[in-house]
Amino acid sequence: MTAVATYFGNIFRSLYTVAVGMRITFKHLFVPAVTLQYPDVKLKMPERARNRLYVNIDDCIGCDQCSLACPVDCISIETIKSTADQDLGVTSTGHKKRLHVPKFDIDIGKCCYCGLCVYPCPTECIVMTDVYEFAEFDRHNLLYKFSRMTEGEIGEAETKLKKAEEEAAAKKAAAAAAAAAQPKPEPPKAP
Amino acid sequence: MSPTLESIIITVLLSAIPLVFILLYALVTLYLEMKVAAHMQDRVAYMRTGWHGVLQPFADILKLLQKEDTIPAAADRFLFILAPYIVFVGTYAAFAIIPFTNIYIGSNIHLGVFFLIGVSSLVVIGILMGGWASNNKWSIFGAIRSAAQMVSYEIPTALSVLIAVMITGSLNLQEITQFQEGGIQNWVLFGGPLPLSTKLMLLPFTFITFLILFTASLAEVNRTPFDLPEAESELVQGFNTEYSGMRFAMFYLAEYANMFVVSAVAVTLFLGGWSSPFGDFMSGPVWGAFWLIGKAMVFVFLQIWIRWTLPRLRVDQLMYTSWKVLTPFLFVCLFAVGLILVL
Repeated sequence: MTAVATYFGNIFRSLYTVAVGMRITFKHLFVPAVTLQYPDVKLKMPERARNRLYVNIDDCIGCDQCSLACPVDCISIETIKSTADQDLGVTSTGHKKRLHVPKFDIDIGKCCYCGLCVYPCPTECIVMTDVYEFAEFDRHNLLYKFSRMTEGEIGEAETKLKKAEEEAAAKKAAAAAAAAAQPKPEPPKAP
Repeated sequence: MSPTLESIIITVLLSAIPLVFILLYALVTLYLEMKVAAHMQDRVAYMRTGWHGVLQPFADILKLLQKEDTIPAAADRFLFILAPYIVFVGTYAAFAIIPFTNIYIGSNIHLGVFFLIGVSSLVVIGILMGGWASNNKWSIFGAIRSAAQMVSYEIPTALSVLIAVMITGSLNLQEITQFQEGGIQNWVLFGGPLPLSTKLMLLPFTFITFLILFTASLAEVNRTPFDLPEAESELVQGFNTEYSGMRFAMFYLAEYANMFVVSAVAVTLFLGGWSSPFGDFMSGPVWGAFWLIGKAMVFVFLQIWIRWTLPRLRVDQLMYTSWKVLTPFLFVCLFAVGLILVL
């Protein structure tokens, strides 16, 4: 190409490409916007989205498996054994509840949303929900307490357990004493 | 005749009309710019301040009004404070010669267009002053670029204005508009009210001239693709980096007002100014204002449209465009138009 042809070619091409670009932007002026007006319109979360943890405490058997699975130790559980005269009922999955759960705390500020706590749960009581708007002004509000046991109930359960344990220990001691009091059976004769 | 108090008051009031207009127009254009920008990118822009965000420009201006006015310690205080006013005065003075309608023109001087070209150079001084007084290397770079660009593009602008002046035979914008009265076919873009054979011969040259005038005016007002003085990426916003609050707003206002000035002048020179495109239909003082502002706003929209389409030119490309493309083409047009008019 000669210099003159290049010169005019460049001018033509620059005008042509400007026209092409302007046509595209003009078309987009009438394309509906893709913006979602967030607080008014929300995107539906995917079915298996992992967001805020929720514990259905009625189903919890206090097995501590979620707490053990947690890589960041954000779940802390305390349990109190129930005594023989107490019936804590069964979970919705049919498991017998044997432990009181006076403390089931999740520090959601620590949570890394890995979901590893969800899989080991035998009663499927700890789940990931699709709630993602739970910002707080105070960090302490991020410590979620799921247990519904009151101080009184905890104290009652503890005293009952203590009593039961004492009784059991006494029984055991009595049994041991009884066993010691009885004469030893004669050793079997050698054939 | 010595001026009486009444005549002075009337003059002041009349000369304040464009100021009111600029403020209203700036609000509209700020909103238009953001909305057009957003929709061209399939976004929605302001939605939460009033209906579809119509109150956002007011909010922006309020914010700028109450912002702290900082002046760098090492800046040249006097020049720093003066610069935005110089820029705005340069822009506002240009409004004096724009005939808004057949009965209103700020100053009906014979050298209208010549005055415009002269006074718009004041903007360059203001920008250079602002950049220099900021005592900031990026600001001065921006200002130098701006000065180089505006001075270079003054030549294509002046030449294309000259072509329109050759056809209309007047430098007075009011007379230029009256020359084009009587409908769309009488516009200078289509050869003016001359014999048909002359018009047909003039047609290609007037079209090219108008295109070049529009391109050069984009560079004159520092709009994309010629917005080098305001390079956010490499110059940290350029000459107005150190400005804040009301002074920054003055630069902004001047830029937007400048957009209107160049559009209005291009419209007056080539597209009949306030004259109605339908001859006597819809013509009159009020319709005149409507036509001028309407036509100019179309070009303001075009500037916004181009801004959100094209990327910025490189400095050498900018100079190439001005000196090696626009100027030679205009010399050819100037020669050809002169020849045709003599024939």
